[in-house]
Amino acid sequence: MEIVKNAAAGTLESSDVLICVEPADTLQIEIQSVVAGQYMDAIRDAIEDVLAKAQIKTGKISAQDRGALDCVIRARMETAILRGGSQS
Amino acid sequence: MRRTMLFLPGNTPNMLINGDTLGADSIIYDLEDAVSPDEKDAARILVRNTLKYMRGKGCEIIIRINPIESDYWQADLEEVIPCKPDLIMPTKVGSGQDVQIVAEAITALEKRAGIPEGSVGILPLIETALGVEKAFDIASASPRVAGIFLGGEDLTADLHCKRTREGQEIFYSRCRLVCAARACGVEAYDTPFTDVEDMLGLEKDTQLAKSLGFSGKAVISPRHVETVNALFSPTMEEIEYAHDVMDAIEEGRRQGKGVISLRGKMIDAPIVKRATQVLEMERQMFGGEDV
Repeated sequence: MEIVKNAAAGTLESSDVLICVEPADTLQIEIQSVVAGQYMDAIRDAIEDVLAKAQIKTGKISAQDRGALDCVIRARMETAILRGGSQS
Repeated sequence: MRRTMLFLPGNTPNMLINGDTLGADSIIYDLEDAVSPDEKDAARILVRNTLKYMRGKGCEIIIRINPIESDYWQADLEEVIPCKPDLIMPTKVGSGQDVQIVAEAITALEKRAGIPEGSVGILPLIETALGVEKAFDIASASPRVAGIFLGGEDLTADLHCKRTREGQEIFYSRCRLVCAARACGVEAYDTPFTDVEDMLGLEKDTQLAKSLGFSGKAVISPRHVETVNALFSPTMEEIEYAHDVMDAIEEGRRQGKGVISLRGKMIDAPIVKRATQVLEMERQMFGGEDV
């Protein structure tokens, strides 16, 4: 699968995360989080895991996290990919 | 026991993840009215993940899906059935055939997911005049049906009348639903009281529902859970009386009596049935041995 258009999923409300995806030549992941100090690695792991399962190797991913749990981050990532991706 | 069924919007993480801590017997993850059309995809993925990773203990999970006339209901089921929710709530159900269509779709998805057939029940939401008139057909349409649930807001729009605090406009529908449900041996659940601030109105509305024979009531706010739970629970006096009834039955059997009385009144089959129901609720509320 590859990201072929700009798309977003999630919100900036508490316990949620806003994920934006857009096409790019390389894989770039940017994360802003209110709990970055404690959970930055876990957030990155969740995002990378969803990308790996979808076999996405390129694209710009930006995540603005408001304290979302792992299952929420994964859901929003999956939705963003669904909206912006296409089977390659 | 479903004294309370708390609606939670399916695309709101901070409500979904805390749903099982709010005291309701059941929580309803809503994929229908609480989710805008352009967020249906996000909601069903979020609900699926919440079910998969965060399932609470001791709190029944119901998923309200979109109506079968919509383009969404099959995708709703495909996403959530593999996570084995307790019940699916189809909306705007107008016939027994509507229930059978949903039941067949669930069966196919259970097979595909490798979960035992019949694991997921159905709680049809009846919210149209046609649905009310077809309540018996709906309640008896499938062995998956655990109960039927009245939705007062859409119903009053369909009836061309205004929804009021007193609820006279849905009195017939309430009675019809309870009668149909009991005739089929399933439960009946009442529509939510939608004014979150009016606690006295909630109390009166819940008392009315209980007096008509409903087993519980949906709520749209966590603030309503405690009141509805309390009113649909047996009182300590009712529990003590139920124990006395069963003790008297046991004692009568030991003595070989054909007719048994308690506190000057004959104990007949309906009294025993009611006592059994009260003790079953006591067991579910406080634990203990099966009655």
